[in-house]
Amino acid sequence: MKNFEPEIVAFCCHYCAYTAADMAGSKRLSYPPNVKIIRVPCTGKVDALHMMRAFEKGADGVYVAGCLEGDCHFKNGNTRAGQRVAYVQKILEDLGIEPQRLEMIMMSAGMGERFARTAFEFTEKIRELGPCPVKPIKK
Amino acid sequence: MITAEQKPLEEIIAYIEPYDRIFLVGCNECVTVCAAGGRKEVGLLASALRLNSMKQGKTIEIKEITLERQCDPEYVEELASDINRTDAVLSMACGCGVQTLAGRYKEMPIFPAVNTLFMGASESQGIWAERCRGCGDCLLGITGGICPVARCSKSLFNGPCGGTCSGKCEISPEVDCAWCLIWERLKALGMEKRYEELMEAKDWRPSGGGGPRKIVRKDLVL
Repeated sequence: MKNFEPEIVAFCCHYCAYTAADMAGSKRLSYPPNVKIIRVPCTGKVDALHMMRAFEKGADGVYVAGCLEGDCHFKNGNTRAGQRVAYVQKILEDLGIEPQRLEMIMMSAGMGERFARTAFEFTEKIRELGPCPVKPIKK
Repeated sequence: MITAEQKPLEEIIAYIEPYDRIFLVGCNECVTVCAAGGRKEVGLLASALRLNSMKQGKTIEIKEITLERQCDPEYVEELASDINRTDAVLSMACGCGVQTLAGRYKEMPIFPAVNTLFMGASESQGIWAERCRGCGDCLLGITGGICPVARCSKSLFNGPCGGTCSGKCEISPEVDCAWCLIWERLKALGMEKRYEELMEAKDWRPSGGGGPRKIVRKDLVL
């Protein structure tokens, strides 16, 4: 467990979190390499199935990073994403998987520091939780 | 449409626990519209079941398919070629679909993954409400298009009971009193006189009181 390096998938909105990640890069802010970013046109495009599949494929933690409340480029995609995250958290809970492994995070495009800090904090949280009880069976 | 809700995962998992190869069958009709058993829900449930088996260190093979209509023998036939390569079938259709599968594939254990609820209509995105009980003798022409059988908690036929209060039913402040709605609607249509006409006791035989119902259209039978 000591050497456990969590695999984290971050679904990042093109208009905010992804640009914030860019900003973090421009500012030379480092964030853990555990976080694998998937750019999406809006977090409203992230389906419950995408989150579930991430866990199926071996992610220890997943977060969906969208725009600040009221700032969605497509009006309310981030709110819908938040509702879907809550829905999938319930499924995870029913399966005996810690729902904290999935989170909805909001930030703006200018929040490079917040992006780096979130990546760091989420990675640490998952590191503390340990490996996801679900791991793909190696054939 | 017929509405349904997915069963608790625990119950579904208990059904399929003894089996390794599952056919997860959705339906493209009502349960797709009420987001209970369409292609997307089939994908989500399959994913949840796979996660559950991985958690237990087991491998489970789930074949996903969504039929055009699970209550029609011709569509159910599509499973025939693959059914022998599975141990059990989990149906995400309403009770009609589950029974059509069970009737066609008699040797195969068939389990329901949803609870069939009511005949309803969509009030807004994500909200469905009961609108019809299939009583077999429609009264909507007399009651201004609002059904007292399905929408009055007591299915009363001649005005509201003493439990009506400010247009709401005594069972919950969120439930409209059907007879208030009927009165308002008749008033708007200038048909208040209808309200005065007493309705006789209803014959419940066409509603199922006479046993399981069946429609036979001789002009269509092959």
